Amino acid sequence: MAVVITQLFNGISLGSILLLIALGLAITFGLMNVINMAHGEFIMAGAYTTYVVQQAFSHYIPASLFNYYYVAAIPLSFLIGALLGFVLEKTLIRFLYHRPLDSLLATWGVSLILQQVARSIFGAPNVAVTAPTWLDGGLTIAGAVLPYKRLFIIALVTICMVSLYLYLDKTAAGRKMRAVTMNRSMASSLGVSTKKVDATAFAIGSGLAGIAGCALTVLGPIGSTIGTYYIVDAFMIVILGGIGSLIGTVFGALSVGMLGTIAEFWSGASMAKVIVFVAIIAFLQFKPAGLLSARTRSLE
Amino acid sequence: MISPMPCSHYIIRKQYFLRGVCMTVMRKFWSKHTIIAAISAAALTLSGCAASNALNEEEDAPAADTSDTVKVGVLHSLSGTMAISEVSLRDAELMAIEEINAEGGVLGKQIEPVVEDGASDWPTFAEKAKKLLQKDKVATVFGGWTSASRKAMLPVFEQNNGLLWYPVQYEGMESSPNIFYTGATTNQQIVPSVTWLLENKGKSFFLIGSDYVFPRTANKEIKAQLKAEGGTLVGEEYTPLGHTDYSTLISKIKEEKPEVIYNTLNGDSNVAFFKQLKDAGITADDITVLSVSIAEEEIRGIGTDILTGHYAAWNYFQTTDTPENEKFVAAYKEAYGDDRVTGDPIEAAYNAVYLWAAAVEKAESFDVDAVKEAAGGIEFKAPGGTVTIDGDNQHTYKTVRVGEIQADGQFKEVWNSGEPVKPDPYLETYPWAEGLN
Repeated sequence: MAVVITQLFNGISLGSILLLIALGLAITFGLMNVINMAHGEFIMAGAYTTYVVQQAFSHYIPASLFNYYYVAAIPLSFLIGALLGFVLEKTLIRFLYHRPLDSLLATWGVSLILQQVARSIFGAPNVAVTAPTWLDGGLTIAGAVLPYKRLFIIALVTICMVSLYLYLDKTAAGRKMRAVTMNRSMASSLGVSTKKVDATAFAIGSGLAGIAGCALTVLGPIGSTIGTYYIVDAFMIVILGGIGSLIGTVFGALSVGMLGTIAEFWSGASMAKVIVFVAIIAFLQFKPAGLLSARTRSLE
Repeated sequence: MISPMPCSHYIIRKQYFLRGVCMTVMRKFWSKHTIIAAISAAALTLSGCAASNALNEEEDAPAADTSDTVKVGVLHSLSGTMAISEVSLRDAELMAIEEINAEGGVLGKQIEPVVEDGASDWPTFAEKAKKLLQKDKVATVFGGWTSASRKAMLPVFEQNNGLLWYPVQYEGMESSPNIFYTGATTNQQIVPSVTWLLENKGKSFFLIGSDYVFPRTANKEIKAQLKAEGGTLVGEEYTPLGHTDYSTLISKIKEEKPEVIYNTLNGDSNVAFFKQLKDAGITADDITVLSVSIAEEEIRGIGTDILTGHYAAWNYFQTTDTPENEKFVAAYKEAYGDDRVTGDPIEAAYNAVYLWAAAVEKAESFDVDAVKEAAGGIEFKAPGGTVTIDGDNQHTYKTVRVGEIQADGQFKEVWNSGEPVKPDPYLETYPWAEGLN
């Protein structure tokens, strides 16, 4: 029984982690159609931001407040990610909106540059982040231990999801963003500044990658190449969920998470990866548009 | 061969990924042709970037027999993913060379290092080795880390009758006449540590490793040994290099309740595994984890609070208590900074230079065959205890040590083999190992 609960929870937890890394990409790739290979490096930037905040807290802030560094790190990671994204959009991406292949290569170059920059600043070896003590331990239900860190990530991704939904659906800026992604020229002719919207959207997507990086520090390694571990999965999920559909991304992440953990439990980690990829490829053969595809009236 | 080989992995991932992305995009925009061009261009970018930041590269200077210097090659990855580990080896080798030069050099000649960058790329290792041997005419080369880089260089050294000193512990089953192995082979690390675990920590083993040749070879040997020495195997799992989610593997571990986890995971996966193991409520008191790829340097990146109480098997720790080591650690920190730590491969790289110099002195010649002839039986009082070259297989006798990780990130030695262990790369003296190779 404990195993069933644990595995069910692991599936949801893996899904939530995948969703967190894919959420930003769902905007930049899903909504804006920009293939941003540097997305993984924004995750890395978020992780290093967390490390820097932790170092700053341990040096300049009284020890009793150390545990709260993580609370400060989350918004800061978002800001750093968003700032990097904003700069990238303004200096590079906006010239390449109609040349997706070029943007793929250019952003790949950017990803290599960012990795090297990180290596120069922080050194090549991994750095360690000590998770705040209030995230230590776990909740015990019927013999199964649900680590607080994983529960926290599930909560964090839920908050991100809800805020994103509210932003896109309830605010003027969000509605403009949706208008531009649905029909650029129509939105433009109605007076929406598409340039501004593009920059904002890209910054938000990158900021979400920063938050993902911050969250991942409690579970995984922090080094210059961590972005590369997550980026394949992130693209896979956005494509599986259906390009242009945020809800699709949620379902995509959860199904990959569940399938991955079940397959790993019955076989092994390497085999599970194969099974998941085969399943995704097979699925896309029958439903090339993904789980949920956004309906638009634009002519392509 | 301990360390990650994430380089190849990384490239594969990126390319695989490119293909994935391209597939989607292709439907909309492009012909196959453009995409192939794009991928090759991208691959070029990658290798170009790796090559561009080579450190310390020295161009060839005229070589002459009459000069009062002798050239040696130092060939490690100074860029790319493996730079994490290999830069320290270069540092240790250069330090040894400097020390020997300060004492008057070898056969009255000053050693002149020619530093090259293998760039974490196996063909580059072969190419640079060729350059060192043919163009620079170096007397010997110190280099390599991953087994893949050694395997790439091996034919070059055999064809050109060169001499390579390889300083990292590896999976055994090899013995080239042109390579001296100063790191441990399996019977100087894995085999004795399994015996120690069986005697002190428990009989039921769970094996986890990264999914490639070193962990799979090592685990094959461990399984044979467990059978012969009365241990039981309750699980064996492999994860891809760079794997970051260990929740499912940990629930399998909880199901099987082993007393010992033998860990051959490599690189970043270790961080994720240990963090998540602790979160799942498993501490060193519940299950002992013994690792073979976690040295002082790696401990700093994982976090000492998570690793405290777990074990690792090596031939040398920074805390190893010998007068030579005290001197070595002090010199290393003085040369490269107080925050640097030493470790097993670093010590083995340092030893390699001294062993070569001693062999040259004994041979009274820099000639490769003469040095090889003279090398058998050469002794060096190394920081980790006396090492001796075995003339038969060109490995070294080394003392085996098991250490417990302390809160300060250093090891406390809990067991050692007492005397240097004779290297046995093919495990010929172990009856249970019959049929493994």
